[in-house]
Amino acid sequence: MKYLHLVRAALMRRKTRTVLTILSVLAAFLLFGLLNGVRAAFEGGGTLAGVDRMVVASRFSIIHPLPESLIAKVRAVPGVKAATWANWFGGYYQEPKNQLIILAVAPDYFDVYPDYGITAPMLAAFNSARTNVLVGAALARRFGLKVGDKLPVMGSIFPNKATGDTTWQFDIAGIYEAPNAKSRALEQEVLLHWKYFDEANGYGQGSIGWIVVRVADPALSAQIAQRIDALSANSDHETKTQTEQEFRLSYAKQIGDIGLIVTAIIGAVFFTLMLLTGNTMAQAVRERIPELAILKTLGFTDRSILGLVILESVALIVIGGVLGLALASVVIPVVSAASGGMLELPPIGVRSWLLGLGLMVTIGAIVGVLPALRAMRLRIVDALAGR
Amino acid sequence: MEALRRWLGYLAMLVVIVASIVAWTALPAVVLLACAALLVLWMAVTRTGRQASAVTWVGLRTLPQRLGASCVIVVGIAGVVGVLVALLALAGGLAETLRGTGNSDTAIVLRGGATAELDSGLSREDATLILQAPGIARDAAGRAIGSAEVVVVTNIPKKSSGTDANVEIRGVGPQAWALRPNLRIVEGRAFEPGLRELVVGKGARDQFIGLEPGATINLNAQQWQIVGVFASGDTHESELIGDAETVASTYRRNGFQSVTVRLASPQAFDALNAALKSDPRLKVDVRTTRDYYTAQSEQLSKVIRIVGIVIASIMAIGAVFGALNTMYAAITSRAREVATLRAIGFGAAPVLVSVVLEAMLLALVGGTLGAAVTWFLFNDYAVSTLGANFSQVVFRFDVSPTLVGTGVRWALAIGLIGGLLPAVRAARLPVTAALRES
Repeated sequence: MKYLHLVRAALMRRKTRTVLTILSVLAAFLLFGLLNGVRAAFEGGGTLAGVDRMVVASRFSIIHPLPESLIAKVRAVPGVKAATWANWFGGYYQEPKNQLIILAVAPDYFDVYPDYGITAPMLAAFNSARTNVLVGAALARRFGLKVGDKLPVMGSIFPNKATGDTTWQFDIAGIYEAPNAKSRALEQEVLLHWKYFDEANGYGQGSIGWIVVRVADPALSAQIAQRIDALSANSDHETKTQTEQEFRLSYAKQIGDIGLIVTAIIGAVFFTLMLLTGNTMAQAVRERIPELAILKTLGFTDRSILGLVILESVALIVIGGVLGLALASVVIPVVSAASGGMLELPPIGVRSWLLGLGLMVTIGAIVGVLPALRAMRLRIVDALAGR
Repeated sequence: MEALRRWLGYLAMLVVIVASIVAWTALPAVVLLACAALLVLWMAVTRTGRQASAVTWVGLRTLPQRLGASCVIVVGIAGVVGVLVALLALAGGLAETLRGTGNSDTAIVLRGGATAELDSGLSREDATLILQAPGIARDAAGRAIGSAEVVVVTNIPKKSSGTDANVEIRGVGPQAWALRPNLRIVEGRAFEPGLRELVVGKGARDQFIGLEPGATINLNAQQWQIVGVFASGDTHESELIGDAETVASTYRRNGFQSVTVRLASPQAFDALNAALKSDPRLKVDVRTTRDYYTAQSEQLSKVIRIVGIVIASIMAIGAVFGALNTMYAAITSRAREVATLRAIGFGAAPVLVSVVLEAMLLALVGGTLGAAVTWFLFNDYAVSTLGANFSQVVFRFDVSPTLVGTGVRWALAIGLIGGLLPAVRAARLPVTAALRES
């Protein structure tokens, strides 16, 4: 720490160069901050939400309904604490490009999903009429929806028995906000009564999309999954039971290997960054050879010279990197707000910060080591003579 | 006074930079090439131009001495252009595959309000009525060239991840081959109507596990055999195709998702549309397949394009700072040389031009390198994603010459910005002080 002022002096020696390098580092870590959360989300790390929930869906495909009778059997499976169900409804608002995530949910859905943050009064309002729906806050902001508004929906898979076509009209009974930042994605959904859906759709009754199970002990989920799947083995509605995380991840993977793409981009960015800062450090040491020689003459050991240069390079990257990550954490909410919830970038969590800091120190050390070795091996006589 | 002049100078430079970026993105390639030709002409003919070319030449000759620093510009810009071109090629490939699936000679009929086949449902009566409508081409026997189709989804593991993915199964009518002449069997044979047989698209066979001819797959607890592979050069290659009636019975369906028909002529669309709209028994939407498939890729390819441009812009900003750094270092190390040139009568303008040109030349090398690496790694590389039908769409990266051109434009813009400020400093270098510097 006592050499800190030396590091500062070295960085201030050529202000333009230091500032430009820091700005490059800043850009690189800004990108890292924006993208790392996306990568983590698609690779399934970092989120522990719903560890005690499992999803029971058709083994054949997502378009296959399950019979309503299965629920009672699933509830009876040992280890199952609660079971609820939902159905995909879908459709769009006003224009086909405004596709909605609409789910028809069972009466006890929110017992299994406290993540929605549905309060008791809101639930009572929701239950007061069959055609009521609950709308996520992000979606409500995007389309300017308020409690009491009508929500017309077109283009659902399910025809409306009453009208004979696929137009539906719902009443907004509540707008919910997910209490946990990690569950913000839920605020994009619209939830309607499964009972109303079941009675009013023209495709036949008593079928459900998938069952969500809450287990008493997540450690036993593999056995419970086996037991549930055994219920319908060799029937025409065989099921596949997965933890909620696996279920979500399998859909994320279907979109594509986003994790790999993002990792490749971050890799390309950091490779370039290392070259750039490496060059800066090499220049910095080359220019300062006589000064370093003087330090050695004054009695600085080879080691402390080595440390000094490496510290300088680490400091350069840490300053830029921290600024970049800080900028990213400012930019992310702005982007999310500006896109009206269309683009929900995950906020920078502790993990991203730790990984980012680790990367800064590592990259700083790597790019500093060659110039530092050069500085360490200087022979005082040659250096002072300018040879 | 001095400060004001300086300040105005920087303001002017900012205007020049912004204007050149705007011009860069807006002007057609021909105009830019003409500008380049003019520049060459200027450098060959006028006195200042010849001075500029001489100084540039000296700068380029000394490049090997500044190899490490120059690499920063080249590699930095190669990274930007590589990422930009790769993401744009991804978006372009997706859009191209889906756009190529549709044409204006065929039309697709879906239930009113449906945006994709999977959201749609048509009864048998609907299908019969639709196929009787006017404007549909008919074969020699007088049968409508159209196919009422069942679209379902099944889980098949993807080769790349090993996890289940939604694969589309299309049950087609007897006229499907006449309707889609581009569909041809490249291996094995076509499926027999009435049997549980499927043909698999080339793209699907390469992307998913266990779809080789001869294999059987389990659809809704029934065994289906794959008897052949087809190629079509469009999004149908991501599908498995079988007989509509047999697929429907396996999935216990009594109806269809869509009816696709060949139009008697491209103008017949209006007649067909009017007839279907005015029939009170039908609530359907009809679109040309071109409109339908183009709309399917629109949103996703737009998102990929925007994301690509945003990421590349941030990277470009980083690269500009890198380029600035390198060029400042370059003129510092060449200060004496530049001062000498000024002392023996070279003007400030040639010095300025030479520094900008050097930066742009390095940028050009970087941009070309980035585009070339992307082309080499990704061009024609097949990937798949979840499409509008909630099932996998297989498509290929399309690194087109236009995209390479876009990448090179970006590279040159970065080079210009990165070179301009250092060039001004070089041109303003006080000759006497620089000569004295050791």
